[in-house]
Amino acid sequence: MALFRSKQDVFSEDLASQIGESQTLGVQLRRMARRNKLAVASAVFLALLTLAAIFVPILSPYDPVIGDASIRLKPPSAAHWLGTDEMGRDVLTRLLYGARISLAVGVVPTLISMILGVALGVVAGYVGGMTDYILMRLADVMLAFPSLLLAMVIMYTLGGGVLNIFLALALVGWASVARVARSETISLKESEYVQAAKSIGVSGGRIIRRHILPNCLPALIVLFTLNIPSAILSESSLSFLGAGVQLPNSSWGLMVNMGRQFLYNAPWISLAPSAAIMLVVLACNFLGDGLRDALDPHLNNE
Amino acid sequence: MDNDLTLKIEHLSSGFFTERGYVPAVDDVSLSIGKGQVVGIVGESGCGKSMIARSVMGLLKYPGRITGGSIKLAGQELTGMSDGQLQRIRGKDMAMIFQEPMTSLNPVVPIGKQMREALLLHEKMDKISAKAEVLKMLEHVGISEPKKRYGAYPHELSGGLRQRVMIAMAMICKPKLLIADEPTTALDVTIEAQILRLIRSLSRETGMSVLLISHNLGVIAQMCDTVYVMYAGKIVEQADAYTLFDRHAHPYTKGLMDSVIDLKSNPRRLPAIGGVVPNLLHLPAGCAFSPRCPRAMDRCREERPELEELAPGHLCRCFEEGRERL
Ligand SMILES: Nc1ncnc2c1ncn2[C@@H]1O[C@H](COP(=O)(O)OP(=O)(O)OP(=O)(O)O)[C@@H](O)[C@H]1O
Ligand SMILES: [Mg+2]
Repeated sequence: MALFRSKQDVFSEDLASQIGESQTLGVQLRRMARRNKLAVASAVFLALLTLAAIFVPILSPYDPVIGDASIRLKPPSAAHWLGTDEMGRDVLTRLLYGARISLAVGVVPTLISMILGVALGVVAGYVGGMTDYILMRLADVMLAFPSLLLAMVIMYTLGGGVLNIFLALALVGWASVARVARSETISLKESEYVQAAKSIGVSGGRIIRRHILPNCLPALIVLFTLNIPSAILSESSLSFLGAGVQLPNSSWGLMVNMGRQFLYNAPWISLAPSAAIMLVVLACNFLGDGLRDALDPHLNNE
Repeated sequence: MDNDLTLKIEHLSSGFFTERGYVPAVDDVSLSIGKGQVVGIVGESGCGKSMIARSVMGLLKYPGRITGGSIKLAGQELTGMSDGQLQRIRGKDMAMIFQEPMTSLNPVVPIGKQMREALLLHEKMDKISAKAEVLKMLEHVGISEPKKRYGAYPHELSGGLRQRVMIAMAMICKPKLLIADEPTTALDVTIEAQILRLIRSLSRETGMSVLLISHNLGVIAQMCDTVYVMYAGKIVEQADAYTLFDRHAHPYTKGLMDSVIDLKSNPRRLPAIGGVVPNLLHLPAGCAFSPRCPRAMDRCREERPELEELAPGHLCRCFEEGRERL
């Protein structure tokens, strides 16, 4: 019988909610920086890679498409840090040009699927009832297909090319985002401050914008960093299978595929982009984990 | 004369439509509050106190619904109103404060911005005059340095301060009715007394009516003009505070009283009412309290007693033989 709670109970509850309370984003990020060196290193690595990909025309003296026939299949050297490929092109230069597409493919479709998924998930969670039921069954159907297969079907239907990859991966990715956004919304919807906002007459749309979305943000940021690697991997697989980026454009997946036939006499052609994929995926995951630890209120209890 | 009543609830029933059946959380409850009155509802956890509050505010959680009766706020019928109509009334004519001041404010929005919301919505004020009004209100509820607090985030305030902010936020449009659902349960004793005194004095000053919900008879005793005792979704006794403490008739009310006294003399002893609250899905055939009632007779287990008037304004749901002697 909770009729007579001792004051001690009341105090400890009080304290618990005080400790678990959320701090501002800035404070949380700074604490992550102090505690989780791996996440910070990952963030730095990703930032440097992005800068290198943007400024590669200035940084590299070599052309990514036209090679020098006299230096075909040369191993790594001082002039060509990652060697050259079968057409005498510098592998590092091609790797950085490829990073443009691979990183864009990591970010753009993930962003689109986040926006789509958050919009649908928040509406489903907030409105509930039939709307919720229909949207979530739709998400179930999406999630029931193996996502790579689904992406391949879309790519074969629409044809290759970077824009179509964006579209295919965005269509494949929204459902899992919608699920997370929905469950966050449902728990926030029942929270006392949303009830309090309703009790002073705030409308549904404004409650979503002011109270639900900002408080979903930490979970969504984490999801975003964790979804980027899966998009990069999907693109690599698609390109490797020939259903993705088309020549003369180049992505890491395509480079791995092209270098396959030289795996014995010039392994660097395939290994360099493979290693790049692995590093980026790992860095995103480390960063995502770090962000989750920093932003999750349940893990903040110290 | 009915129009003098700020709130008039008649035969209200509301409950949850769950997969296992209908849960009658509030069953045929009638309750009225006059202008400037403070009315209390007391009862154990789960008896439906919050459900009444939420029914009035139109904030029932799915799958809860009002199934019957009427709720009139200053003569205006609230049941059957659309959500849009209710939005215009909530925060303006009625407002509510919640149990948990730690979680009733959005952690990422400064308190001043949360407080001015109602003014922007209902009074169509511009931001500058809204801010001035908020500062005035903060001062009014006893928050020092309101200018400094205006931009503070909720986690920078203590529980007592936050509850003051909640009260200020609920009262900023001068509602006719304030519903306070266990406003001090989460606070320590000294702060509790301060907050209760604040609500009481604000009500006296502005003529605002208050519906105070509590499971603490002591709180109810200090604050209320009229008290309703609830058990398993029904009103079991209703009287003015003085009568209730002096001449309560229902064995359940007596149980509540005794456990307060127990707790005072010996805080470690268990409360005096044995047994557990009945499952609302499987209520006993007779009086819902009969399984726990020390005075229960055969009749109590077979028949459901009605609410009877013992004296003007004093109602009790118990067969004559079962009542405490007056
Ligand atoms: N979603 C739900 N489905 C079914 N029954 C519910 C649901 N939510 C609440 N109830 C029931 O409704 C009844 C009334 O709940 P209410 O919150 O009004 O109790 P209360 O008197 O305010 O209790 P407390 O003192 O704990 O706040 C309870 O018995 C509870 O079990
Ligand atoms: Mg309650």
